Amino acid sequence: MSTLKILVVDDEPGIRSGVSRILRNFRVDYPFMDEAFEFVVIEASTGEEGIELIEQKQPDILLLDNKLPGIQGIEVLEYIKKKQKKIIVVMITSYASLELAVKATSDGAYDFIPKPFTPQELKSSIENITKRVFLKKMTNKLHDTGKQIRFTFLSVLSHELKAPLNAIEGYLKMIRERQSGNKIEDYDVMIDRSLERIKGMRNLILDLLDLTKVESGKATRNIIEVDLVQLARTAMDTMRPYSIQRDVRLDLIAPESVVMMADADEIEIIFNNLISNAIKYNREGGSVQCTIRKNETSCEIIVVDTGIGMSPDDIDKIFGDFVRIKNEKTKNITGSGLGLSIVKKLTENYGGTIDVSSSPDQGSTFKISLPIEKTCL
Amino acid sequence: MKPGNVTILIVDDDLDYLIQLQSRLERFGFKTIMAESQREAEELLEKTKPDLAILDLMMENEDSGFILCYKMKKKYPDVPIIIATGVAAETGISFDINDENNRKWIKADCFLDKGIRSELLKEEIDKLLLKYTK
Repeated sequence: MSTLKILVVDDEPGIRSGVSRILRNFRVDYPFMDEAFEFVVIEASTGEEGIELIEQKQPDILLLDNKLPGIQGIEVLEYIKKKQKKIIVVMITSYASLELAVKATSDGAYDFIPKPFTPQELKSSIENITKRVFLKKMTNKLHDTGKQIRFTFLSVLSHELKAPLNAIEGYLKMIRERQSGNKIEDYDVMIDRSLERIKGMRNLILDLLDLTKVESGKATRNIIEVDLVQLARTAMDTMRPYSIQRDVRLDLIAPESVVMMADADEIEIIFNNLISNAIKYNREGGSVQCTIRKNETSCEIIVVDTGIGMSPDDIDKIFGDFVRIKNEKTKNITGSGLGLSIVKKLTENYGGTIDVSSSPDQGSTFKISLPIEKTCL
Repeated sequence: MKPGNVTILIVDDDLDYLIQLQSRLERFGFKTIMAESQREAEELLEKTKPDLAILDLMMENEDSGFILCYKMKKKYPDVPIIIATGVAAETGISFDINDENNRKWIKADCFLDKGIRSELLKEEIDKLLLKYTK
């Protein structure tokens, strides 16, 4: 429950007490808001008093009469505009000329309620304004959260790139100083570790490129009719050498073709990430099964592996940026931590959903559901 | 204290950093024991008491180093602890490592940058060992 402060500035006591009475027990609920609003009304009989109360009490909404004993309502409005006060103004006035309406609106008035007004008219206007106040607050909050998220992302990214550079530099210095002697073979471990870290950086950069495409590349999307089965086969062919190296079987269970409207590159990224994860986190002699099917409302991609699995805590984290689960079983598995974050964002771009179920030491199942848009030709 | 009798526990989830730090410390004559995670370090500490510890801050948990430091100080209050930070890593995470108050809370003996020159690192280690053997 939130409370909004309403300041009513009017020289007629009847109007002021009327507003208080009407709004005292008024509540605005919006089901989609998950929020309800109540109101507290403060009163001023002159423009000057109104300005003082605006400074002191910082009301959210102002009900402002124009005809006042001292400075006029329109001047109060000018004050608000000049000082850039965050307050929504409704002019309540018995005398409203077109001239006044234009001036007030250009000075920032949001609405007009001509006197005399009925309780219902007042409530309607307040209800409208409440919605606007709420949306403004939410937008500001999201904006700030957005900034924080971006800052954290860049900080972690900076760390993820610096760590391998420091490691490689450290090894090169040790080699230059001949710390292990004069035989080049004695430096093999350092050289191999450096190459490993370079591979990691390369993968990270490629994933970052995918990520930037996903987050800002909407203009370059090429939505055409794609065959998911064909794309899955291509991805599996690309992964086959890796799967053989890791002794993991790859199977595709799908009809001849499953067609939907999508960007082929994006679907390819989804398959590549899911299948490579399924192989990476698998056991020797294990298997990966990719199923594709279509029903009336959606296309489904299901990737099942017989790998190391995850705990419920892990499942909650895996879609975060740069998150890799670090434990005994994943010790030697490398990755940028961006793959699933990218897959999730891509899925959501299509209005789809992604679900995970997993049992430690048994395996994981990733299921993506992409809605089919019904297009009328 | 002769360096050869000193065992330093080093904990970091970057294996290469660990290997390189081990090399540096062993060239100063220190012995080292390594752990690649908070959990591994906790297991080691059950069985051994090092003479000094150098801990990374973020491992499997965002505040792994902090937790480890806290637990170590409770178990072995006379073992000095250095927290090695990679400044960029800790910026923007849940707490600000550069904040004076947070550092006081964490109760490490010393905060050093991971990129610190070897000579300076040795100086800090010697200082702490001296302080705690008095």
